[in-house]
Amino acid sequence: MTAAIATEGLTKSYGSVKALDNVSLNIEPGELFGLIGPDGAGKSTLHRILATLLKPDAGKAAVLGLDVVRYYSQLRDRIGYMPERFSLYHDMTVMENLRFFASLFGVNIADSYPLIAPVFRQLSKFPDRMAGKLSGGMKQKLALSCALIHRPEILLLDEPTTGVDAVSRSEFWDMLGSLREKGITIVVSTSYMDEATRCGRIAVIDKGRVLAAGTPDALTRHMSGKLYNAVASDMFGLLTRLRKMPEITDCYTFGSTLHLITTGRFDPAGAIGYLKAEGIADARIYPATPGIEDIFIQLTRDD
Amino acid sequence: MTILRSLIRKEALHIVRDRRTMVITLVMPVVLLLLFGFAISTEVNNVRTVVVVDRHNDQTRDIIECLQVNEYFSFVGLVADSDVERLLRDGDAEAALYLRTDVGLTSAHIVVDASNPTSAQAAAAYLQGLTEGDAKKIAVTYTLYNPQMKSAYNFVPGIMGMIFILICAIMTSVSIVSEKENGTMDLLLVSPVKPTTIIIGKLVPYFLLSCIILAIMLLMAYTVLGLPVSYTVMTVAALSLLYIILSLSIGLLVSALVSDQVSALIVSAVLFMLPVIMLSGMIFPIDNMPAALQWISCAIPARWYISAMRKLMIQRLEFSHVIREFAILGAMTAALLALALGKFRSNP
Repeated sequence: MTAAIATEGLTKSYGSVKALDNVSLNIEPGELFGLIGPDGAGKSTLHRILATLLKPDAGKAAVLGLDVVRYYSQLRDRIGYMPERFSLYHDMTVMENLRFFASLFGVNIADSYPLIAPVFRQLSKFPDRMAGKLSGGMKQKLALSCALIHRPEILLLDEPTTGVDAVSRSEFWDMLGSLREKGITIVVSTSYMDEATRCGRIAVIDKGRVLAAGTPDALTRHMSGKLYNAVASDMFGLLTRLRKMPEITDCYTFGSTLHLITTGRFDPAGAIGYLKAEGIADARIYPATPGIEDIFIQLTRDD
Repeated sequence: MTILRSLIRKEALHIVRDRRTMVITLVMPVVLLLLFGFAISTEVNNVRTVVVVDRHNDQTRDIIECLQVNEYFSFVGLVADSDVERLLRDGDAEAALYLRTDVGLTSAHIVVDASNPTSAQAAAAYLQGLTEGDAKKIAVTYTLYNPQMKSAYNFVPGIMGMIFILICAIMTSVSIVSEKENGTMDLLLVSPVKPTTIIIGKLVPYFLLSCIILAIMLLMAYTVLGLPVSYTVMTVAALSLLYIILSLSIGLLVSALVSDQVSALIVSAVLFMLPVIMLSGMIFPIDNMPAALQWISCAIPARWYISAMRKLMIQRLEFSHVIREFAILGAMTAALLALALGKFRSNP
């Protein structure tokens, strides 16, 4: 089976800035694939190349087995693209927007309705409201409905959850799950690391390069057993002392605690004893579950 | 075809829903025409004139009679030499005419209040004309095509030249760039719709809007402002349509060059509006400009449009007299359109 999306050595620069640097990815049909990385990592550029909006400087990208530069016109009917910031006509109503995008692709709203119904249902209560007057979550759903109107095989979503409340974000991921079950391949980018676990597979991207790719579990697995939380009332003193310990390869602030990455020989009890001797009496150290953010911090540290 | 229709419908919705802009675009031409047609006038009427005569004779009586009946002057009265300065200073008189008769020969001295040079020049010229006829140097002036020298005649082509650049270039460029800004242009471009269709869908509504404005302005010019109606109206309309297409191409080109609405506005306004006002001959005659500026003015489409419109609307000349302008505007349109379309296609 050919990959739904395959890129090889994809490179794109804007002036002296490398937005994409030798990106090679394989995305299987029916996957929910996440591109995880901070703002400016190159996620949008990758999306725009896959959506046939942008030509790469070097490398190849094929969607559904078709080269995006050569066969762009054949691909356009088969790709659904939702750009960053919900791009809608704000001075047009919900239905006018949907009807307009349907007409661009020469499709009937009725024919596509079964597919978009789960997304569009809440919006169908106010078809005549201006798109500009919708809440962030509603705009997101309308934009997704418009991107789905021509029943694409590939759905490219560029930061679809940015600027949306937590409840809507969670709902949105549920919808993506049900779309994936209908056989649509979905590539979604996000800068929210916690959303990575909702994806089947992810690629961690920074500064235009793919740092790692795989299932969220596989990526975090090699870290489990090596990651600990550490807290004390004197956090700064704790940090400076822990950083001196040879069994700790890295130590960084993580929320209200410190995360310690340790070698296999780390002994929490011994460390607490050492800290007590150093004058930090209330230190607590306990195992932590590694998340994508830990992976990201590790991968970018290695630079 | 259905795609183009829905693109046009969508654009029409944008125009109609942006009430404020639409009202401005429809009302502004009317206001400008009325303003320049009636309120702002370079004609000088009713120059308040006093006359000082040292010895009355037939000649001086003739001149005074002329002054009294001529609509350009309002005859204040015969005054003493000593009063003239006070009258001029207080603004009761704007011009004084001294008539001296020496050895049977009447000579005239003209004193005008030149605090407003335009009206002073006009008044001096009128008075000279009035008295020179008497000095046996007969020079008869005919003012052809615009016998009453109405300034409205002069301004109508200029205002039309300006309005279309304003509406077509600024509105099209801003509307395209705003789609770029909020990302909807990307959605149009990833759809199977061809870029050319997108462009046509953008231009047609603004073309139609411009046609409505053209109709309003022509109607006003020929009725309220009283321009003489003649068979050249068809040529005027044809030339204006060509000029509208040219302005739309400018808007398209601007939108391909800039990426946010503010710069679209600034580029359209500064690069295109100012030259139209300053260098097109709308206000300042091209012949009075330094040679370098005259050359630059050749590159300004409005110059050719306004010049042709004057020939057609005021002189009422036939089509054959404006072929050169037609050809230049046509070539400019073709070049701009090709450049803009090329830019637009290569951009995404």
